[in-house]
Amino acid sequence: MRPSVQEMIAQSNGKKSKKVIEKIIPVVLFLIASVSVLTTVGIVITLILETITFFTRVPVADFLFGTTWLPFSNKEELYGIWPLILGTLKVTAIAVVVAVPIGISAAIYLSEYASEPVRRTIKPVLEILAGVPTIVYGFFALTFVTPVLQSFFPDVKIFNAISPGIVVGIMIVPMIASLSEDAMTSVPRQIREGALAMGSTKLEVAMKITLPAAFSGIIASVVLAISRAIGETMIVSLAGGSTPRFDGNFTDSIQTMTAYIVQVSKGDAGYGTTIYYSIYAVGFTLFLFTMIMNILAGYLSKRFREEY
Amino acid sequence: MMTTIVEKERTTESPVRVKEHAKSVYSTNQLNLWYGSNHALKNIDLDIKEHEVTAIIGPSGCGKSTYIKTLNRMVELVPSVKTSGEILYRDRNIFDSNYSVEELRTRVGMVFQKPNPFPKSIYDNVAYGPRIHGIRNKKILNEIVEKSLRGAAIWDEVKDRLHENAYGVSGGQQQRICIARALAIEPDVILMDEPTSALDPISTLKIEELVQELKKDYSIIIVTHNMQQAARISDKTAFFLNGEVVEFDHTDTIFSNPSDKRTEDYISGRFG
Repeated sequence: MRPSVQEMIAQSNGKKSKKVIEKIIPVVLFLIASVSVLTTVGIVITLILETITFFTRVPVADFLFGTTWLPFSNKEELYGIWPLILGTLKVTAIAVVVAVPIGISAAIYLSEYASEPVRRTIKPVLEILAGVPTIVYGFFALTFVTPVLQSFFPDVKIFNAISPGIVVGIMIVPMIASLSEDAMTSVPRQIREGALAMGSTKLEVAMKITLPAAFSGIIASVVLAISRAIGETMIVSLAGGSTPRFDGNFTDSIQTMTAYIVQVSKGDAGYGTTIYYSIYAVGFTLFLFTMIMNILAGYLSKRFREEY
Repeated sequence: MMTTIVEKERTTESPVRVKEHAKSVYSTNQLNLWYGSNHALKNIDLDIKEHEVTAIIGPSGCGKSTYIKTLNRMVELVPSVKTSGEILYRDRNIFDSNYSVEELRTRVGMVFQKPNPFPKSIYDNVAYGPRIHGIRNKKILNEIVEKSLRGAAIWDEVKDRLHENAYGVSGGQQQRICIARALAIEPDVILMDEPTSALDPISTLKIEELVQELKKDYSIIIVTHNMQQAARISDKTAFFLNGEVVEFDHTDTIFSNPSDKRTEDYISGRFG
């Protein structure tokens, strides 16, 4: 006769291997999880150390308050960060102007109006758009958007802030649309029905109920998208140019923080030179920007949360 | 007042259809409804009078919720719904192609199974209806909000926290805020779809008392799975079973002297 099920369970639980595995697996999982954290910490430490080296050669005040970025000068090298920040902000501002209305409109359409088949078709397309390599967006900006702009506005130069701005905007549309759509669809059906039962039209439900209820998620998606736009590299390197300028000019060549790092990394500067260290200082500045944006996203999404 | 009418009718009328002099709010004629191929409502004929509480009872899946949602066409949110027959609301067929659902739902308010306030302040919840229908004057809005909250017997409990989120109060209070929200546009009819099924007994009692109060000004149709509740608060009761109306009569008659064996079995707890 076979042993009872309880006896077999007791026998199986008594095995040493099972106990050992139960102990080891959490340790292994912890170690693997630590790798990602440690990598991040390592990167930040490197960034900070090299940035400190940079500041032993260039005064912090010059970097923070200087308005001229001229690292390749034969006479005096100038490392005022503002032209690069301004370049980044120009591109980001245009991207936001392009992406926020399109992204949120798309989200409203998808969550409130689109039929199930339409939603099932459009969402994957949006995700494909999010998967296009940025280098492709880059030459799209340079070889298509810029010539189109030039045909309308002859003032626009080959390298400018508008064209990469528009294309970075297009790039972050899927992010805003997709995350905002998630936030809006997660508004409970019953709340919508409550509004419809009061005689609201679909548009009134979307604008007065769903949108405010999903506002925190939408804000978070926008801020994350901005942080992505700030860090975008290939598009601005290809189409933005490499002229750091401290003015409000959008039609001339600019240079963003990321594009500067690419320029130097491509080999214009040798190891150990001030220019070499400057990319770490710029990278650290960039890191601060995106970090602040991410913290802001978390804060705003809490601040505007409508409880339900 | 109602009891006297009931007394008088009981002696003279046929059990299923009661002739009365009160005006009808809703006349349902040969209503059929399908969810895809599932025949959920079969040849429904019901005549609902104004200023009465009409209860709809029946076991789960009998079509009672479907029926009440058909009365304000909320049922059409389910994509595969098909209907035939007609529902006359104040003598107009609500299925007419030129009948706007928004207009219908402005006249016919609804309270749902689970409290579903908007994620806004209590004030904004109640003011929502008047606002979307174009009332902007702050003074008038204040007046409407107070009157509606009083009407829903919740004013005293929330008057000091009108600008707090409606989700911060208890479930029973939320449900009364939802009733106030419905009252704010001064509807003609209030549909209640098991409004107390998610509430505790004390909140339930408050809502039941409120229903008694509201019927002076409104016609109320209430779906309930709780037979005692139907007996306590309604003037007429319709018993639904498998998508059909088995019996529709004065509540007293349904509960004391039902004419159909199935009604009797259900009421006495033999099934359902």
